[in-house]
Amino acid sequence: MTDVAHAGMGDARAALSRTADVFLMLWRDKFAFVSAAFLLFVIYVAIFGPSILPDGALTMNLRARNAPPFDLERGWVYILGADNLGRSLLARLAVGARYTLLIAGSAVLIALVIGTFFGLIAGYRGGRIGTIILQLADIVMSFPSLLLALIVLFVLSPQVSNVVLVLAFSRVPVYLRTCRAEVLEIRERQFVVAAKALGASHARMVFLHILPNALPTLMTLATLEFAAVMLSESSLSFLGLGVQAPAVTWGLMVSDGRGYLATAWWLSFWPGVAISLTAISANLLANWLRTVLDPGQRWRLEKRGES
Amino acid sequence: MTQSLLEVSDLSVRFHSRGTIVDAVKNVSWRLDRGETLAILGESGSGKSVSAAAVMGLIDIPPGEIVSGRIIFGGENILNLPLAAREEINGKRIAMIFQDTLAALNPVYTVGHQITESMTAHGVERGEAKRRAVGLINRVGIAEPERRFNDYPHQFSGGQRQRIMIAAAIAMEPDVLIADEPTSALDVTVQAGILKLLKKLQAENGMGILMITHDIGVASEVADKVAVMSQGEVVEQGDIRSVLDAPRHPYTQRLLEAVPGRRGYLQTGATAGDLLLEVKGLSKFYDLTSGLLKTATGRKIRALDDVSLSLSKGEVLGIVGESGSGKSTLVNALLGLIEPTAGEVLFRGQSMLLEDQTAMRALRRRIQVVFQDPTASLNPRMSVARIISEPWAIHDSVLPRGQWPGRVAELLEQVGLSPDHAARYPHQFSGGQRQRIAIARALALQPEVIICDEAVSALDVSIQAQIIELLKDLKRQHGLSYLFIAHDLPVVRDFADRTIVMQSGQVVESGRTQDVFERPQHPYTQNLLASRPKEERHRGRALETLK
Repeated sequence: MTDVAHAGMGDARAALSRTADVFLMLWRDKFAFVSAAFLLFVIYVAIFGPSILPDGALTMNLRARNAPPFDLERGWVYILGADNLGRSLLARLAVGARYTLLIAGSAVLIALVIGTFFGLIAGYRGGRIGTIILQLADIVMSFPSLLLALIVLFVLSPQVSNVVLVLAFSRVPVYLRTCRAEVLEIRERQFVVAAKALGASHARMVFLHILPNALPTLMTLATLEFAAVMLSESSLSFLGLGVQAPAVTWGLMVSDGRGYLATAWWLSFWPGVAISLTAISANLLANWLRTVLDPGQRWRLEKRGES
Repeated sequence: MTQSLLEVSDLSVRFHSRGTIVDAVKNVSWRLDRGETLAILGESGSGKSVSAAAVMGLIDIPPGEIVSGRIIFGGENILNLPLAAREEINGKRIAMIFQDTLAALNPVYTVGHQITESMTAHGVERGEAKRRAVGLINRVGIAEPERRFNDYPHQFSGGQRQRIMIAAAIAMEPDVLIADEPTSALDVTVQAGILKLLKKLQAENGMGILMITHDIGVASEVADKVAVMSQGEVVEQGDIRSVLDAPRHPYTQRLLEAVPGRRGYLQTGATAGDLLLEVKGLSKFYDLTSGLLKTATGRKIRALDDVSLSLSKGEVLGIVGESGSGKSTLVNALLGLIEPTAGEVLFRGQSMLLEDQTAMRALRRRIQVVFQDPTASLNPRMSVARIISEPWAIHDSVLPRGQWPGRVAELLEQVGLSPDHAARYPHQFSGGQRQRIAIARALALQPEVIICDEAVSALDVSIQAQIIELLKDLKRQHGLSYLFIAHDLPVVRDFADRTIVMQSGQVVESGRTQDVFERPQHPYTQNLLASRPKEERHRGRALETLK
């Protein structure tokens, strides 16, 4: 009895020290640490942003039309300036964070999961099924994604969920092809043959031997795609098929401000900065994650502190 | 003292990495004269390639740092020469050939182009270069040089590619040819041809050859002088015969002691137990197809052609063959990775080619495998404990999960590692240790037969000897039988009870190891044995007369 309790405590302590280890490894990669902090901040804003803003931050104020940034006369809410209808850019960025993260995040995630799944099948099974999957992916890839989005969103209603689906669908081939190429290479490595000779099931070989070795590449790809999806979402919104007002996304804010680039650059600039910083942070964090997950690379983060 | 062609004196090179300093070579000195061959002999990590890289100016600085030393060539110090002066020497007066010919030749250019390029880069006019290239291809022993001039690297065999590399290297009639493990990737009969070619070319133009090798047989075949390296230092150097016959340094003595094929044959006979594994008329044909619709052309590749063999309890059966002999196909068929076209595989009288998956799995457990490259055969993302316990996860009735850690520790100790190693990952081990992990995995299911598919071929001689010792110990303890597949004759010579020789998918010779080696019947076996470097033949005979 005491033994069990002891073991339980040991587990808890081990879990605690593992968390501490991960935190230490994050702390040693300063870029990744700052990125993680920034992403946490963006997520915080996305969840609580609208409620911490003062009342009336989102209302129109025609006297503040295209108010320049860094002008504190109208209060701190207008620190980043205002858009063409006099709405505070800071407030709109906070509201936009929710939809942007929701749309880009779930589109990337869905595309990653579906693409990886079919990529694994195409690469591992090969043969006729593999060829068919690959050719379907090529068809999706060669079909203009904007046209596809136009048709789908015209037939269905332009809701956030449909936007996510369309964006995810058009990006699936990217993951599929990458995943398949990785699987084809890893499948021939000797440790997979060794597992097969041991009598391992297909599921075991795919999920324990192949997938963990293909995942780092796919993760890196996903973070790069994150920025690309944010921008393709904005082009849909620009055509009126993306999110509908009063909802707003960063991408939509960029394209809204396009017409004012010469006179009020800040309309496009701030949401652009938000997109870049988020994408770069995601990328740096993914880089760190890849290093942590690779046993052959992990020492880079473990040893630096000691020497 | 007369001037040498190339002289390295007191060379020390270190590399900075991971915050630590690694001394690659320490105070290395050697000299090479015209028409002479110097072998630098050493195991991996001994620093044997570093001084050659310094001669060619190939050491990246940083992370490399040349601490001290001089390299005198043609009367001047060529160490740290400016790039422009370097180009005058590299490829023109000192040329180099490498081990991996597929990597060293550019796949998108014809070989003719690549040989020609080595001349035009040094100012030879294009038409003249082409004429000379054809002559060179002929000179290195490739038939129809005009036609082959326009072929691409993949259209040549490994041995032919090495000949092409040599042709490109000698195009400018260099004074020194540096050969970095030129035959390590080649079959023994092909190796013999390449070594002969190098000797012939040296006799023709009197160049000095610097041969970097781990293979004592190769060194003794071609070298006049030898420098033995260990841990960055030259521990012994001198005339090849005196070093090999009377080694003075303990390291050289240990190295020569570890060379396989010097201990005489296993004395076997009556010990053979019950028949475990029996292969009858096993064949695997691949249909050659052509076109989009994959229509059969009627031609077949006979990867395995009517192969029969048997293995008894406690026996070691050596299977020798060069690349393309069907060894790997045989292993794959025995492991159930490919389906044979015809024939039978019986384990204790039960067929192993049944449809019934559950019965199959139980039977397959009795046969385990150790692959050639331990780096590739262990999943880099799994800890040692997970790698060794994977067989139990697959065959879940063998061992309850609670006993895994204890059993892993036991197995690690059995293969000569420490139980603390269980939490580590494969990259933290040396090649020999990784192979021990692979052996521990193979032992996990307590098999009766272990197939060693070139299991020691990628290892250094001294490590090789240790692994063979381990295999022998395990055989005694567990009553194991081995199917020992190798392209390397000496290893089989003192490990296998019986040996079969394969060529183009067929068994051309089989019998007691001693009979096969002493009285080969088939011309192919005779040729194979004659291709061994003479050192091995010499040693083998000396041993026989001793007895």
